[in-house]
Amino acid sequence: MIPLSWYLIVAALLFGIGVYGVLARKNAVAILIGLELMFNAVLVNVLAFWRYLQPTGTAGLVFAVIIFAVAAAEVAVGLALFIAVYRRFGSSDVDDINLLKW
Amino acid sequence: MSALNSAMLLALLPELMVLALMGLVLIADLSGRVKGRNLGWLTIVGLVVVVLVSVSTAMPDATGAAVWGGTLKHDALSFVFRMLFLIAAALTVFFVLDVPALGDRGAFYLLLLASVLGMMLMAMANDLIMLFLAMETATIPLYVLAGFFTGRRDSVEAGFKYLLFGALASGFMLYGLSLLYGFSGGEVEFAALAQGLSKTQAPTWAVLAALMIVIAGFAFKVAAVPFHFWAPDVYQGAPTPVAAFLSTASKAAGFALLVRVALVAFPSGSLPWWGAALAAMAAATMTLGNILALTQTDLKRLLAYSSIGHAGYILMGVVAATKLGLTAVVFYLLVYMLTNLAAFGIVAVLERSTGSTSAANLAGLYKRSPWLTLATLAAFLSLAGVPPFAGFVAKVWVFMAAVEANLAWLAVIAVLNSIVGIYYYLVVLKVAYEYDPPEDAPPIVVSRPVVWALAALAVFIVIAGVAFGPWFGWGKWAAAALFP
Repeated sequence: MIPLSWYLIVAALLFGIGVYGVLARKNAVAILIGLELMFNAVLVNVLAFWRYLQPTGTAGLVFAVIIFAVAAAEVAVGLALFIAVYRRFGSSDVDDINLLKW
Repeated sequence: MSALNSAMLLALLPELMVLALMGLVLIADLSGRVKGRNLGWLTIVGLVVVVLVSVSTAMPDATGAAVWGGTLKHDALSFVFRMLFLIAAALTVFFVLDVPALGDRGAFYLLLLASVLGMMLMAMANDLIMLFLAMETATIPLYVLAGFFTGRRDSVEAGFKYLLFGALASGFMLYGLSLLYGFSGGEVEFAALAQGLSKTQAPTWAVLAALMIVIAGFAFKVAAVPFHFWAPDVYQGAPTPVAAFLSTASKAAGFALLVRVALVAFPSGSLPWWGAALAAMAAATMTLGNILALTQTDLKRLLAYSSIGHAGYILMGVVAATKLGLTAVVFYLLVYMLTNLAAFGIVAVLERSTGSTSAANLAGLYKRSPWLTLATLAAFLSLAGVPPFAGFVAKVWVFMAAVEANLAWLAVIAVLNSIVGIYYYLVVLKVAYEYDPPEDAPPIVVSRPVVWALAALAVFIVIAGVAFGPWFGWGKWAAAALFP
């Protein structure tokens, strides 16, 4: 059987790629894709832990279902806001959206 | 797993009633029978009914019980916070009623209630899954509320930034939660998590790192350094009543959940450096918040930095991790919520009358609207912590809690910060009282509901500062939930 640590390493790499995407990309939609990668990394983590540590329990499964449901809700609200931003600013590039500053 | 019984339903009665109220507002809005600000009145009446019914029927024992399979905790701590969120939401609606394109929209009230529902669940959450779910239920509607003025660039930008930072923070927090879930051997309930972690095979540094990632999520929620940077931008761009709600209820909900995680899942001494990290965060938060507030010229940004400073003071009570500390946290949040709502309410009045939230707009307020200036005096001096206002008593208790927990150095930093704080609050009052109003100053128009809300809040600020006994008693009762 594949050791648990392999799953955790894959998840950590996936999470790292997601964080890089969020921080390096300028386009809002690309940032959202990075966020999705982060959430997916968490899903891999949770399901691997569930399968290896408590395969008879249901907590891990419930956790996973709730994570992807919430992630979907977050993306839906995000895209709606991006459309509003695009209408006002004519761009969804984070560098252009900078009215508020100290 | 137990079958559904009446105790479980009773524990969740306030939430179920809020849910019913959401349905009622939705139907009233869609049917077209109830229009404009009447929807707001419906929300206010509904929230008051929820509070009254809950207090008379759903009151728990101090130590309470875990319900719904251990997912939720129905105890004094969660109950006090749930009532506070309901009251804060009702007061926010008072400030919203007469704002065009906000107070006449059913969607606004629906989203506000959805967020309140999430906050109430945050106060009750007793495991990792509910922690995450409740936090997102509270936050996702707030993204929309911050960007509610889709025709205004600053509002849309505020919603956009809040969403991006918020989603990033929850992504990180979730990663930390998944690691804690694994390190504890598959436990999710806070108490079981603490036990699981005490005999974990994972190295201590890994557990500490996972916990720190989770704390980062909380720091975002309560706007604590170094995850505070979103707050000034979002408060400034968001509709002012939404900023009021964000800086009070949303912050308090973060703390309601944080104290449970910090005291139940990670009792002090369970991990090395954990208390010290929280203490350092408290010190950095109050210092940075207060110092950056000094240079602000916009009232909403000023209040944003001031609210960051207050998050630092409240964190101090969390760091103390004693009964007095928790009592002080609850009392401070109660006072802070109502005071800050008053402060933002005043800013909302100014914004409506003069069209901007610049501090210069306050010039000669004393001559233009003496009563509003008196409310400003009460709110800002209470935020500054000047006796006899409530903010003073709240600060004294938090400082005492820190000293009692051998954190005198933190209390000293906090006292120095309060002195810095007094300066910028007094500058605002100086502009209001000393300066002459400009020639073409528009008249200050205060609508009837706002008058009632501000008057009630100002009276509370004075009463709670002079006779703090009963309110402090609530804090004690709430603290008894975790320190019987």
